[in-house]
Amino acid sequence: MSDDVAVEARGVSKIFGASTDQEVRALDHVSVSIAQNEFFTLLGPSGCGKTTLLRLIAGFEHPTDGAILLEGKDISALPPFQRPVNTVFQNYALFPHMTVAQNIGFGLEMQGQSKDEVANTVGAMLVLVKMENLKNRRIDQISGGQQQRVALARALAPRPKVLLLDEPLSALDLKLRKEMQVELKRLQHETGITFIFVTHDQEEALTMSDRVAVMNEGRILQVGAPHEIYNRPNDRFVADFIGDTNFMPAEVIEHDESEVRIRLPSGIEITIPAPPGLPQGSEVTLAIRPEQARIVTDADAISIQGSLTDEIYIGTDTQYRVDIGMTSPFVVRVQNANGERARIPLGSRVGIAVDPRTIQILQD
Amino acid sequence: MSAEQDSSTESFESLEAHAYQLEVRRNLLLSTPALIVLFCAASGPLLIMLVFSFLTPGDYGGIKWQFSTEAWFQVAFYRDIFDETVSIADAHLSIFWRSVKLSFLTTLVAFVLGFPTAYFIATRSPETRNLWLFLVTIPFWTNLLIRTFAILEIIRNQGLVNNVLIALGVIDQPLDMLYTDIAILLGMTYVYIPLMILPIYASMERFDFQLVEAAYDLYATRWRVLVRVIVPLVKPGVIAGSILVFVPSLGAYVTPRVLGGGKHLMIGNLIELQFGQGRNWPLGAALSLSLLVIVMVALIFYVRSAQKEGGAHGH
Repeated sequence: MSDDVAVEARGVSKIFGASTDQEVRALDHVSVSIAQNEFFTLLGPSGCGKTTLLRLIAGFEHPTDGAILLEGKDISALPPFQRPVNTVFQNYALFPHMTVAQNIGFGLEMQGQSKDEVANTVGAMLVLVKMENLKNRRIDQISGGQQQRVALARALAPRPKVLLLDEPLSALDLKLRKEMQVELKRLQHETGITFIFVTHDQEEALTMSDRVAVMNEGRILQVGAPHEIYNRPNDRFVADFIGDTNFMPAEVIEHDESEVRIRLPSGIEITIPAPPGLPQGSEVTLAIRPEQARIVTDADAISIQGSLTDEIYIGTDTQYRVDIGMTSPFVVRVQNANGERARIPLGSRVGIAVDPRTIQILQD
Repeated sequence: MSAEQDSSTESFESLEAHAYQLEVRRNLLLSTPALIVLFCAASGPLLIMLVFSFLTPGDYGGIKWQFSTEAWFQVAFYRDIFDETVSIADAHLSIFWRSVKLSFLTTLVAFVLGFPTAYFIATRSPETRNLWLFLVTIPFWTNLLIRTFAILEIIRNQGLVNNVLIALGVIDQPLDMLYTDIAILLGMTYVYIPLMILPIYASMERFDFQLVEAAYDLYATRWRVLVRVIVPLVKPGVIAGSILVFVPSLGAYVTPRVLGGGKHLMIGNLIELQFGQGRNWPLGAALSLSLLVIVMVALIFYVRSAQKEGGAHGH
């Protein structure tokens, strides 16, 4: 592996309650490598194994199989206090019997730094998280947002090689959460420390991360930059979990080097650019983002047709639901130009126009 | 005009005063049952003891209504029957000293054994926790005297421990464990250790074990996690447990009587002696009140120092 890998998981599995009848496989042969100075996010629904992977990196759990490497060294067997990795906990886990400053200095003190060194670093950390004037407060005397900052400062103070964040923003209200998202990006930038962030909030993941790993049922399904994950999901779960998606079954008729001819359930055939590798006659699923489709009132010229069932105004956009003869309606999202929107009578026959290049083909 | 105003404010004030008096009377009435219980069960007996301690002993027990400070004098001093010379009552003092020493050691041993036990119970799954707590409280179901005789059976010269050790060839002669301070310490620790475990457990149950992970993550070794995070946060339970063990140990009567064999007296036995064979009720009363003072002074010191230490963490 190259020098700029911070953390690597090699074929890591974690089984809880092994050799009992309630065996739970929390992680299933997970391999991923996270680069130095990267803001890396583990995204997935609850119970997908993202927190377990984080706890394995922190050292609170040990892998049943596989290894965790930090800068190329196997740390799987080390206890948490011997790993240069710190964690920001979901509920912060600040020490209630200590002040803000004592909390921030705890890790430094445990590392055996002198009183002056501890005081200097704590001072710098208080400035970094803008908490200078609250350093002597007890933990129950500061707000949730301030506790969040203290938890961050406490974990960053010993200058870990990697900072682990376990859904740290989930307890904050929306406005504070947005502020902290910006704050976290700034802190990562200023400290140059690798951040591994766990969340179930796809928007948070897309806005903050350099790269995202989407997880489900103990596996990593896709790793990539936010725009790759959003625009080119390689899995039905990924496409469904991140943003809204219309799914449509289809059959491959013909395939050449750069294009594929596909038959829709309605019998209509369309041509989509696609990389080779789809066998003829195979069943696939087409994924189409609502904002990449358009409503066309002149329906006859268009391949996908249906009747308009709903029109929902959502401020910047208008959402149209079109019944195209499948179990769920096809959703189209159109931006409202100049604050106005085109009024289409409900029940009228409309066409759905889609740029073939924006259609994603998923193999089942 | 102004006189009228004055009289109206005056009458309003007197009305207010009247309402206040009514309220005071009503509150007194409502608290009467509690006050009666408090007087009969606590203050009353204490007052009787205080009065008795300043009277003269009766010839066949009981008291004569004759003021005397002799009993209080006898707590610490000994007056020779024949030549009236006064010396320090070292028998009493050594009994007081043994009581304080054994009670302190009992508290210490109960803490050293009880803390890990409470930790163990608090870290079990919620379903099995109640089973462990149940096991801790089972000894309470049996009479104290029977439990103490059970200990006697185990440690006496022909008892379980000595028989096993001799059978295994570890020793030839039985170890003299019975009728020693160690036997009393063992018995009191056994009797009072649940009173240490339960309050510490109650504190630990509310303890957020994620804090252990947090400290562990911040380079604290297991020992430092214990000293810097767990112990400070369960300190209220440790204080409560220590008081609950120390106070009854100091006044223990059955355990030193059975396991000390009458040779190793504690304050409780000394007091009983004065009301029984000694026929010196005033001295018994004075000794009881001395015990009370020792307990209260010890408690005040303990709580003060614990608070000070707790406060030191706060800045």
